[in-house]
Amino acid sequence: MTEIIYEYDGSFEGFLSCVFESYLCKELPTAFSSGEELPSSLFPVRTVLTDPERAARVYRKVAKLSPEAADLLRRGFLTCLPEKELCLYRLTAKLLEQGPRFLRDLSDETLLPVLRAVRHLNGEVHQYKGFTRFSDLGGVLGGEIQPKNRVLPLLRRHFCDRYRNERFFLYDRTHHEALFYQEGKSLICPLDHFRMAPTDETEARYRLLWKRFYDTIAIRERENPRCRMTQMPKRYWGTMTEFQGESYFRPTAAPAGVSGSAAPAGIPAPGTPPAPGPSAPGSAP
Amino acid sequence: MSVPPAIAGAAPPCGEMDVLEKLTVLTDAAKYDAACTSSGGDRRSRAGYIGNTTTAAAGCCHSFSADGRCVTLLKVLLTNRCVYDCAYCVNRRSNETVRAMFTPEELADLTVQFYRRNYIEGLFLSSGVYRSPDYTTELMIRTLRLLRETYRFNGYIHAKAIPGTAPELVEQLGFLADRLSVNIELPSEAGLRALAPDKTKQAILAPMGQIRVRNQQSREELVKYRHAPKFAPAGQSTQLIVGATPDTDFHILRLTQALYDRYRLKRVFYSAYVPVVENPLLPSRDTKPPLLREHRLYQADWLLRFYGFRAEELLEPDRPDFDTRVDPKCSWALRHLDFFPVEVNRADYEALLRVPGVGVVSARRILVSRRVRRLRIEDLPKLGVVMKRAQYFLTASGRMAEGLRFTQDSLLRNLIAAERPALPQAVFEQLSLFAPA
Repeated sequence: MTEIIYEYDGSFEGFLSCVFESYLCKELPTAFSSGEELPSSLFPVRTVLTDPERAARVYRKVAKLSPEAADLLRRGFLTCLPEKELCLYRLTAKLLEQGPRFLRDLSDETLLPVLRAVRHLNGEVHQYKGFTRFSDLGGVLGGEIQPKNRVLPLLRRHFCDRYRNERFFLYDRTHHEALFYQEGKSLICPLDHFRMAPTDETEARYRLLWKRFYDTIAIRERENPRCRMTQMPKRYWGTMTEFQGESYFRPTAAPAGVSGSAAPAGIPAPGTPPAPGPSAPGSAP
Repeated sequence: MSVPPAIAGAAPPCGEMDVLEKLTVLTDAAKYDAACTSSGGDRRSRAGYIGNTTTAAAGCCHSFSADGRCVTLLKVLLTNRCVYDCAYCVNRRSNETVRAMFTPEELADLTVQFYRRNYIEGLFLSSGVYRSPDYTTELMIRTLRLLRETYRFNGYIHAKAIPGTAPELVEQLGFLADRLSVNIELPSEAGLRALAPDKTKQAILAPMGQIRVRNQQSREELVKYRHAPKFAPAGQSTQLIVGATPDTDFHILRLTQALYDRYRLKRVFYSAYVPVVENPLLPSRDTKPPLLREHRLYQADWLLRFYGFRAEELLEPDRPDFDTRVDPKCSWALRHLDFFPVEVNRADYEALLRVPGVGVVSARRILVSRRVRRLRIEDLPKLGVVMKRAQYFLTASGRMAEGLRFTQDSLLRNLIAAERPALPQAVFEQLSLFAPA
């Protein structure tokens, strides 16, 4: 077998086409590359064109040998595992060579890195089901997330079912792509330039209400920042309403036809703890 | 303080209060209730309705508050006005505090708007006893009906059933909510008599029994009629306050076990008592909430529900409280050294679950993997076994971890050391290596 670097378009089908290519040409890829940075190395580089038919053949074969492995490939491809293509390639090759038995050995050295990466992905998907925040932008819900893995394809069903009668979009800052949904149809597509629409009075009000609820629900005597951090690492905080700075709770545009007086006077600065008066009696020293 | 206690328990006008203020007061009054989960639902979305409850099995946390507790539902009281005078409660009649009350519209709007923004999984509605249990429950029913029918909210609702409510009203509540809960509050009747004179054991257990029976009936009807209405499909839960009364851990755990066995509860929650009042019957105001004790009770609760332990195995009448230094499972293992070491290549699931450092997930992984080949010690961390605890209690192909030497004494010391970093910070001071057993 000769050794070679494959360059492909970065899609899942493209990757499967690479697998097909390697078997066709009896080559062992030492690295995969998609896009700008080519690894500088002594090995020759070849561009593999994506061929849906070849990709489907590889996928069908894998799924026939083991449906779990097919799922692992699809999910594994969404992870942020370094050199994920190589890991997935090795997994596929081992499956084609040895059959699916080794997949049940959960400490197998080819399987384990993929398994760990997919667990990480699944965990992040679960977290984002809760930690995603939307804003009402004049009837359309819009949100932003900043995940490590490509979670949008796996969040799609959840949010499309939950907000079935809404129109919404969810933008992934890390991978520059967005999920759009409207009337039963959804779409994930790349999006390079994204800016969130301005906030109106009503939206700012609900953000403030939520922030107030969040600050009030904590029991001061039980404060435990480390526990909170374990459950909800700081990297999620950036896109969560309750951790935003003051300006986030002020409107950036007045809604059409409503004058500035819609908000009740005297909204306290966001982030300030609730006034001592109505708070829990007995909680003060 | 010169504020006259005149308005306590009555219904002061609060029309001028805006929603933000009400939310603050009524969240603050609800925060000591621990029972807040969104698990057990599996309702898909419906055309024209908002939301679903499909984050199913595990539930879904939408945030974590500064005390590290999961925030999943909008947890508020309908009102904090209360005719009862339970000594441990911030909302008791005799307490001087600002009182407020949501209108059904305000609460429905908050729930739906929070839900649309994915702040929450649904609503947790509880209330002080306003006028009477029946009157309060009717208010709650009106609110939930508005939310379900007019606002077309299809998400998760957890409602409190107030002891002493007429069964017909509990029935109506159950068809609107996904989960119901009745708070036991204090783990013993003596405690109730002293601290919550308006509540009795009987009044608490009656709705629990009713919910269990109705839930069961509803399941049977569903088998016959696909569209039969569901009664509290996510079951019921309860909460106990720990540390307000002298009850032992053993007593609490036995009670928990009985609740799971007899009332088919989904969860029992423990709430470390936070002193809110100076009362000769209660711990003094400067007492810290017994967080470590609460932690141990939750650990034991898990052992009852998922690990096949019985309360009588974990504690005994002459050793009625948990060891603060090591978790209940380690503590059990140390008292049953003859049960160990467990051979991972042969032991059954139940035996694997008894090994400290092996959990439900890693035990299942062991079962799957060992069918392919014999496991070695070095494979175990890859399967998720926590070796710093497990290594003393298991063998793989007849061998223990290499170079492992220990005696009964050093074993305890090592396990205590392994446990320390995992404990909540607040309880560090309570631990001492040299504390008597």
